[in-house]
Amino acid sequence: METTFTPFASLAGGAMIGLAAVLLMLLRGRILGATGILSGALRPSDPQDWTWRVLMLTGMLCGPWIYFAAVGTLPAIDVPVSTGPLLLGGVLVGIGVTLGNGCTSGHGVCGLARLSPRSMSATVTFMIATGLTVYVLRHMLGV
Amino acid sequence: MRNLLTLLTGMLFGTGIAISGMINPAKVLNFFDVAGAWDPSLAFVMGGAVVVAFIGFRIVLRRTRPVFEPTFKVPSNRAPDARLLIGSGVFGIGWGIAGFCPGGALPALGTGNLDVILFVAALIVGMVFTRMITSH
Repeated sequence: METTFTPFASLAGGAMIGLAAVLLMLLRGRILGATGILSGALRPSDPQDWTWRVLMLTGMLCGPWIYFAAVGTLPAIDVPVSTGPLLLGGVLVGIGVTLGNGCTSGHGVCGLARLSPRSMSATVTFMIATGLTVYVLRHMLGV
Repeated sequence: MRNLLTLLTGMLFGTGIAISGMINPAKVLNFFDVAGAWDPSLAFVMGGAVVVAFIGFRIVLRRTRPVFEPTFKVPSNRAPDARLLIGSGVFGIGWGIAGFCPGGALPALGTGNLDVILFVAALIVGMVFTRMITSH
């Protein structure tokens, strides 16, 4: 499925993601990582620690509707795979981000911005693994 | 005020994901499909986010403490290890298959899209399973 290259919207959206990471650090002193926020919210320890995670998640869920209020349509969500691969992918992502302690937001945005060697090696590894997986699925197996 | 600002921060992230196009798995996967329907948008998202965070963290971390908490909780472990690399590799395979990463899927969940609900359910199963295995 073809998608349109959107340099300006993507740069602006990216800047908003970066600004959100800076705000969470300024306000709560935390890394904005979707993996860590979700993982901690699923395992309530003390109420203080749980509250900020649930507030972040609630805010994230509102994102498409704020977009809707501004633009008049919901953002496109085209899932180019069937249910089986979608579920398999979901389980693998869950295993991977738990073992690797982070994903695209925690390692990819915050970790790179902190110049963390750990996050840099994680990001390079998952970008290469994703690229190889897409290549094998689309161009070798023809899925 | 503390909770309201935290909620607004989540909204800013979710809206950024929506505007950037990273809420759309087809667009994310096309970034990796250099040999096919290539869409370089993801590089612009990452670039914009990392530059803003790089500058912002340097300003914020000059403070002695965050506005609403006693301390900054920034990971002190900076050295890569095998578990990190294996986990990141498995994450990449899953991301390449499904097209969703957690930061894209959670805002997308707000639309109530059934595929996203299924993906996030599977994601949580993977997370909980791994946590159970590794805690023994």
